[in-house]
Amino acid sequence: MIAVIDYGAGNLRSAVRALQHVGAALTVSDDPKVIAAADGVVLPGVGATRDTMQELERRGLTSVIPEVIERRTPFLGICVGMQVLAETSEEWGAHACLGVVPGSVRRLPEAGGKVPQIGWNQVHFATEHPLFASIPDGADFYFVHSFYVDTAAPEIVAGRTAYGVEFPSVLAFGSAVATQFHPEKSGRWGLQLLRNFVGLVEAHPKP
Amino acid sequence: MLTRRIIPCLDVKNGRVVKGVTFANHLDAGDPVALAELYDREGADELVFYDITASSDERAIMADVVERTAAQVFIPLTVGGGIRTVDDMYRMLRAGADKVSINTAAFCNPQLISDGAKRFGSQCIVLSIDARRVNEESAPPRWEVFTHTGGAGRATAKDAVQWAREGAERGAGEIVINSIDADGTRAGYDLELLQAVSAVVGVPVIASGGAGTLEHMLEAVTVGRADAALAASIFHFGTYSIAEAKRYFAEHGVPVRGV
Repeated sequence: MIAVIDYGAGNLRSAVRALQHVGAALTVSDDPKVIAAADGVVLPGVGATRDTMQELERRGLTSVIPEVIERRTPFLGICVGMQVLAETSEEWGAHACLGVVPGSVRRLPEAGGKVPQIGWNQVHFATEHPLFASIPDGADFYFVHSFYVDTAAPEIVAGRTAYGVEFPSVLAFGSAVATQFHPEKSGRWGLQLLRNFVGLVEAHPKP
Repeated sequence: MLTRRIIPCLDVKNGRVVKGVTFANHLDAGDPVALAELYDREGADELVFYDITASSDERAIMADVVERTAAQVFIPLTVGGGIRTVDDMYRMLRAGADKVSINTAAFCNPQLISDGAKRFGSQCIVLSIDARRVNEESAPPRWEVFTHTGGAGRATAKDAVQWAREGAERGAGEIVINSIDADGTRAGYDLELLQAVSAVVGVPVIASGGAGTLEHMLEAVTVGRADAALAASIFHFGTYSIAEAKRYFAEHGVPVRGV
């Protein structure tokens, strides 16, 4: 069972529907016990890191997310669900995030184009990863964001996208993956990526 | 490279698409979900549902349409029409919309833009502006914001380019520019208006109103410097398919998403 974390903001339904569409058995929950016991965890997101962190804190979810990642439960963070994995964010004033990956959430440079970046852009694979199975390198995915994770750990960058700056559009470390784009809104290739994640969860040895 | 987007807009009334009448066989042209699926298959980069009457009863119907569409179509979905509060926004986002489009309510209460942006992120908040050209002989062109355009329309005396700039500063993540003069004429977008807005806002600009040919759509993103071209009747009446539009863009060197 995959737990999709409900923290009251964002594109929860879209993520749930897309995961269900590719055959995921899932539950939507804001209960840390349910999340801790799940075979896989998805943190969806649309919005701002500050509000997201506040909502996670209010629901007592800021410990369980690092815990499941530490335990190597397959984890997928989407958009702001990727960004809050960083240590800090500068969105709406500097604040702390979950600190799972080294780095900060920074605003896209204005020089690179309009901010937010909204639309379809190419993801270039930096590593081979089962998350990318059956997806062509350079496939278009749907991005909607003003901020990105500026990570100090290049070894965890699995995909990159260029928009003024070349930023990490996919992170992969341990059994966790995270995408700056929205796979649940990226048509065919997005659904394939989610299918691949569900496959990772199913293949992951149960405790 | 970020691609240019082609966005079909579906006008919805009481849960049914209006205008789309000429699709052949097997397709219920009034069914928003069926049309959304068709456009998705053809390569639409996103979809806009516009609730053209939006009484409070109809908003509940709209939420249901959004839910059913979002269960079948996995590209971005924007909902506009009748969204007046942050709670209205939340309801549509929760139903599966990715963005909400606000127009008159934002003009009457600009704080709605910043409140929505702060709650959901700027990228969720689309400011839609209806603009009419002000005719003044031998003066540089300017445009006036009109509100309540679902009804008779009200002049505001507000400069449309200035309002676009303010809206972006308040936190709107995208600006839809709809030319009242061009809307429905199929004679092309108001390119000067698009240029004027694109020159002053740092967020994506979506051209709306006036598309009659693929060349018009291309002009919107080349001459008009828009990031996306939104169109309704050109697609609904089957004049062109989305796939044809994208092919036309690609042939003219404008990057589009491969499908």
